[in-house]
Amino acid sequence: MAARLTALWEWFDSRMPTLASEWRKHASEYYAPKNFNFWYYFGSLALLVLVIQIVSGIFLTMHYKPDANLAFGSVEYIMRDVSGGWILRYIHSTGASAFFIVVYLHMFRGLLYGSYQRPRELVWIFGVLIYLTLMGEAFFGYLLPWGQMSYWGAQVIVNLFGTIPLIGPDLALWIRGDYVVGDATLNRFFALHVIAFPLVLLGLVVVHLLALHDVGSNNPDGVDIKKQKDPKTGHPLDGIPFHPYYTVKDLVGAIVFLALFCSVMFFTPEVGGYFLEYNNFIPADSLKTPSHIAPVWYFTPYYTILRAVPPLFDSQFPGVLAMGIATLILFFLPWLDRSPVKSIRYRGTLYRSALGIFVVAFLVLGYLGTEPTTVWGQFAVREDSWIGKYLLDTKEVATWVGRFCTVIYFAFFFAMPWYTARDQCRPVPQRVAE
Amino acid sequence: MSEEKSIDRVRRNLVIATSVAGGAATVGAAVPFVTSMWPSERAKAAGAPVEVDISRIEPGELRVVEWRGKPVWVVRRTKEMVDSLKAVEGRLTDPASKSSDQPEYAKNDVRSRKPEFMVMEGVCTHLGCSPQMKPAAAKAEMGADWTGGFYCPCHGSKFDYAGRVFRGAPAPLNLPVPQYTYLSETTILIGDDKKGA
Repeated sequence: MAARLTALWEWFDSRMPTLASEWRKHASEYYAPKNFNFWYYFGSLALLVLVIQIVSGIFLTMHYKPDANLAFGSVEYIMRDVSGGWILRYIHSTGASAFFIVVYLHMFRGLLYGSYQRPRELVWIFGVLIYLTLMGEAFFGYLLPWGQMSYWGAQVIVNLFGTIPLIGPDLALWIRGDYVVGDATLNRFFALHVIAFPLVLLGLVVVHLLALHDVGSNNPDGVDIKKQKDPKTGHPLDGIPFHPYYTVKDLVGAIVFLALFCSVMFFTPEVGGYFLEYNNFIPADSLKTPSHIAPVWYFTPYYTILRAVPPLFDSQFPGVLAMGIATLILFFLPWLDRSPVKSIRYRGTLYRSALGIFVVAFLVLGYLGTEPTTVWGQFAVREDSWIGKYLLDTKEVATWVGRFCTVIYFAFFFAMPWYTARDQCRPVPQRVAE
Repeated sequence: MSEEKSIDRVRRNLVIATSVAGGAATVGAAVPFVTSMWPSERAKAAGAPVEVDISRIEPGELRVVEWRGKPVWVVRRTKEMVDSLKAVEGRLTDPASKSSDQPEYAKNDVRSRKPEFMVMEGVCTHLGCSPQMKPAAAKAEMGADWTGGFYCPCHGSKFDYAGRVFRGAPAPLNLPVPQYTYLSETTILIGDDKKGA
């Protein structure tokens, strides 16, 4: 039996040696630093969630109807009448939020250990492209249940493009395919969600990994392990083969992750309205916006930035521009960071404090985006006082906090060349810490 | 022998010309795909004017009418509501509706043909949500200086009873007023101002 299997493998390998050589290149002989910690789980977990989303998505499309008159009902049909339909849908909805949790933590790892720095700029850029594609994918998917939040979320986001000077209104019309969000919009968003964007996403993931494997993985010490090689084997002294060492480690991460994933999916799939918003259980009504509308949690930091910027020159475009820059600035991170050191372990107080403040500001922006602007009440300032007249165009506390955090968000990036160059870094060791 | 000399100029030019022609053909091939995403003929044909019976709208009531898939509001304003328009002028972005979108006959203090009936699109000029009417009594929620109007739940823009936007809101312009006309004392036609009147 074993001899036959070996013969079969040899038959295959002699005709297509690529498979074995690629396996060696990307797994069994891909030397990764031996000091990966907790933060290094999230790359493989993102891959796992991608697979979960594709598989659950394929089965959902077997029952879903992309038609404005039928969509909402078909989702209810999946929930009530399709065998195991509810679990398919909850896998997919929990997976959407899980994807962003994992990706945000993965990106934060990059900020912690300088994984975007030379020579990994391309790895980072492909990663940001994945993040943007994922945002588009999530946005298109969110329209499909055709609930109130689906409808009004799509209305707002398509209108974001409508604010671009000159071409905006036509662009928004072209995206919608109608004068209002309607059947044409739903139908095309379905096509983009199930075919176009997943293909792009898969392609980008492949490129992201290929770019990573060409330069090798960074690590929590930010030490270049390729500089210290075993003279006999030529392998990095601080490297271990990805397979079996990290496949096994990531498997443990996957098990813990799936346990958490299943607890959410089975016990609290709505997560208090954060994963599945309550207003989305009401069918879309083009005449009535729900009294409290907010995007799903993963978009809320940018949503607060959008809300924080007041209109200038009779146009709301500055707010949209701020939101756009807030996401696109990520592309420039490798060149904004002037630090000679990668890892936060050897950086000085300037970067450490900047990152800490940035994370707090990002979380506050995220929280405020889930709440109405009136959430923290108003300043007790009289309208006719000079502060009320000239300084406060609005007295809402939450709007001002949002503006403050928006400034911090941008300062983190725009001031980065300044504070990273002046930071008091500590010397980086030759080998990774034991 | 240098690299330069080994290049066959004729072949190189042919390769360039073929690439340019192929590129142009590819761009041209994108045209049908891109144009297919514009509104279809059926979508363009929809959107006839609608008639509204205003006799049964109570004072202070807002009636929502669907026109071209959008909510259009007819508000029967009380005297207090009309009076509140004067009081808030100092706090508005565009009190005289200079930059805002309305027909000539609605470009006045009350933004309507008749002060009692306000007709406007219930679509926020910020990003297209539909605001909600908040009466003057909603001071606890809207602030002590609130004299009534509309509040957009999406991004917090505030408007007065003529759909004029307050400063400090993300919406840049007043709510648009569609074309409309009185067919009789009790009927309004929304979407067309050529008939009757």
